Amino acid sequence: MNEKTLAGYCIRCNDQGYLTDLEQWNKEVASEIAQEEGISMTDKHWEVIDYLQDQCRKEVAITIRKVGKSGVVNIKEFYQLFPKGPLKTASKIAGIPKPVSCI
Amino acid sequence: MKELLILGAGTSGTMMSNSLRKALPQEKWNISIVDVEDTHYYQPGFLFLPFDIYTPKQLKRNIDAFIPKGVHLIQNKIDRIDKDQNTVILQDGVNIRYDILIIATGCHIAPEEIEGMQGPRWHKTIFDFYTFDGAKNLRDKLRDWEGGKLVVHISEMPIKCPVAPLEFAFLCDSYFSNKNMRDQVEITYVTPMSGAFTKPVATKELSYLLEQKNIKIVPDFNIEKVDTDNSKIIDYGGQEVAYDLLVTVPTNMGDEMTLRSGFGDELNYVPTNKFTLQSKVKENIFVIGDATDLPASKAGSVAHFQSDTLTENIQLYIAGKPLKESFDGHSNCFIETGNGKALLIDFNYDQEPVKGTFPIPGIGPLKLLKESRINHFGKLAFKWIYWNMLITGKPIPFVSSRMKLAGKEISNNDD
Repeated sequence: MNEKTLAGYCIRCNDQGYLTDLEQWNKEVASEIAQEEGISMTDKHWEVIDYLQDQCRKEVAITIRKVGKSGVVNIKEFYQLFPKGPLKTASKIAGIPKPVSCI
Repeated sequence: MKELLILGAGTSGTMMSNSLRKALPQEKWNISIVDVEDTHYYQPGFLFLPFDIYTPKQLKRNIDAFIPKGVHLIQNKIDRIDKDQNTVILQDGVNIRYDILIIATGCHIAPEEIEGMQGPRWHKTIFDFYTFDGAKNLRDKLRDWEGGKLVVHISEMPIKCPVAPLEFAFLCDSYFSNKNMRDQVEITYVTPMSGAFTKPVATKELSYLLEQKNIKIVPDFNIEKVDTDNSKIIDYGGQEVAYDLLVTVPTNMGDEMTLRSGFGDELNYVPTNKFTLQSKVKENIFVIGDATDLPASKAGSVAHFQSDTLTENIQLYIAGKPLKESFDGHSNCFIETGNGKALLIDFNYDQEPVKGTFPIPGIGPLKLLKESRINHFGKLAFKWIYWNMLITGKPIPFVSSRMKLAGKEISNNDD
């Protein structure tokens, strides 16, 4: 467990910079993580982030396909918004865990 | 008479038919099980078939061989569930009324989901090993393949037995080494995840395997299509990987029956309570094994551990008592690493795989998250356990359905 100061907030995160407590998330923190990832947030980005957080709170496993069928973005748009591994980048900005396999 | 109906006579359904026939009185409860197939396959063996380690015959039994006396097997295709009428409608139009329904219809590969995958090159240069035919055709291909670019690929998660593709890559390394042609084969592992390993402890303990076996990794690859004309796979980000032989795990999906019944998710999995195994569809519908949408691995060991929870909860449901939230996501898997060695992992919803001993804390004899010969023999012995104990509902000595923390190196690292 690490702590990191983002946008003036002291945030708990793992070794890879993923938040470990979604309650600590706010838009300023997210914008700073996005900046580190080379992304400047637009309304469409926030819409995707909202959707991911909602799915996470419902304890539903998130996949690229699911995002593509969400009605928020299609997969091509998801890649345009969050280039290079969109799901892991978007999850980081959304303050939710990185998608993992069993090992 | 009350009616309990099980849909699917694979690993989960067969296990439940055995355990519930023992648990429920014959004079009060009829039990029926529906499946269209004739054959019960030992699915963990599909991994070994391509390498001539198992023969086809070792992996097949008649589907009725393990259905106990007192359970009625109906060999027919399921059209849909009418949950409001508590009825299952079969393809031939016959209706079966139930008081309690268990959905155990599993999951299957859906290569048609990826553009170009299931074309004329399917089972010629593009193979799966998640079906009996796929594994057998791949065996024939590998027997006289002259080498080149071998790509082992996962289309998207979740998949049945998430470690199988990695095991396949490891077994390729030893197979081609034994044939003295390893230098003619370039093995690449392509995954939509951030790496071959994604959990912190496993990453630390196991990453050496890929280097040792000279397996190249392409992470974060979300396939859009297979370009069969140019023999390459292409992802949504424009990344391309060329192959001479593509061994892919296509998208896995639940049975389309759930779609026709109007309650599957976008991959046809059934919304299920992750602790009780009661469906979120209706209170008299329960779900087990690969058919669920649980964040647990889709694996036989998981189904086995779930069967204890489900057997108890069905009895509690009948008695009108609250269900137990006892399923903890426990999974236990051997991972073949090639050259007669294997790893063993044990984990649940909350605890990632760690080092330690299994099944007896401090003693073993099996070691967790560490390569050993005895783990490999454990994996081979599992075939006997499967046919003789697991699906007939006999308890496996020392192995509990809830994960034990004793004998494991648990740290306080909670990421």
